[in-house]
Amino acid sequence: MRNLIQFFTKNSYVFIFLFLLTISFVLLVKNNNYQNSKVLNSSNFLIGNLYLTVDNIYDYFELKEVNKKLAAQNAHLQSTNIRSFEKIFGTTVIIEDTSYSQKYIYLSAKAINSTTNNRENYITLDKGALNGIKAGMGVVSPDGVVGTVKNVSQNFCSVMSVLHEKNAVSAKIKKSGYIGSIVWKLGDYRIAQLKDIPNHVKLQIGDTIITSGYSMVYPKGILIGRVKEFDLPEGENFFNIKVEFSVDYKKLSHVYIIKSLMKEEQQKLEALNVIEK
Amino acid sequence: MISIIVKQVVIFFILVLFQGLILNNIELGGYIVPFLYIIFILALPFETPKWLVLFLGFILGLTIDSFTNTLGMHTSATVFMAFCRAYVLKLIEPRGGYEFNTKPNVQMMGLSWYFLYATVLVVLHHFFLFYIESFKISQFFYTFGRAIASVFFTMVLVLTVQLFNYKPSTKE
Repeated sequence: MRNLIQFFTKNSYVFIFLFLLTISFVLLVKNNNYQNSKVLNSSNFLIGNLYLTVDNIYDYFELKEVNKKLAAQNAHLQSTNIRSFEKIFGTTVIIEDTSYSQKYIYLSAKAINSTTNNRENYITLDKGALNGIKAGMGVVSPDGVVGTVKNVSQNFCSVMSVLHEKNAVSAKIKKSGYIGSIVWKLGDYRIAQLKDIPNHVKLQIGDTIITSGYSMVYPKGILIGRVKEFDLPEGENFFNIKVEFSVDYKKLSHVYIIKSLMKEEQQKLEALNVIEK
Repeated sequence: MISIIVKQVVIFFILVLFQGLILNNIELGGYIVPFLYIIFILALPFETPKWLVLFLGFILGLTIDSFTNTLGMHTSATVFMAFCRAYVLKLIEPRGGYEFNTKPNVQMMGLSWYFLYATVLVVLHHFFLFYIESFKISQFFYTFGRAIASVFFTMVLVLTVQLFNYKPSTKE
């Protein structure tokens, strides 16, 4: 017994080391699976606020760029407004407004921190549970898709960016309508891969890639990027396609969080298929 | 004693903020990030208790991790580095041991000693960190390149900080 105690006191340094290393590995594994540790990530109150302050300073330098973008978007919205349409057939045209029901609600938010250089990149936004944000909502910017909300605190939320190895976006080639998925791998933050496009599809460089709307996270038809290059490896059934993102993730500032009003209904319906099996 | 603790706490916060708010946003060539924060462990006085170095490494790593949402990654790497520090110090101990009340820096220990000391520990930390992050043997050489390049930039920063702390007048 004495020998045992002696052994422990003699090697206490190594044991403290192993103890601390074990704690960090437990944190690592737990964190990678579920991001369970909501206390210590950047939607945490203290660091979230710190990022907000720094971002407020950065904002001044970007005002010009942001204004230009918002103005462009305003112009686009104005042109789709009902007032910018002229009735062609006098009073006989009926606007069937009851045949439409709202499916998505957009909430504006601001990115206060973002990374692009990790394997798993996250963006912190300045809207949180108090603004009705919930995990799983989609995030887009005026230029295209950004990511999915992952963790939410009172005032902030952190978004799993498209630049995340485990975040695949269901995508569609606008011209031909074929569905694939956009996957990003560490390296160039502007380039992603479009997978699962069969080899008989006609492709061209510059083809527009949009969201398919299958995933319930993003509405249909939101821009993702354009085909930059593609090739067909010998004996493969699927193309190797490189897509250039339309969003510059390093310049992200104003974004929209999308609340899907029919998501639950669709999920409930699709869950029935699983139960019936 | 108290003043040393206060000084270290201030250095700790400055380094953490500098790393979290500025260095983490620097991306040289796409994926090289310098990690200057480990200079905190490098610069601890020689007579700091070994167990305290471990705990300081743990707290430092945890703080950096909470900035980057990578809980456990920097923590394990920094704890590992803090653990190795004691052995590295023993290996390159000058004849007659370390003098009391000296610190591991260029001014007191000379450039070649400091360079060796810092390089070994930075290499250990970076390789541990990058391999923990990638967790795949298939990307061995890619990760190797990232680690080497980041070691280079961290060392440049570490030596720059040493340069600014160098006071020739106080040296006899």
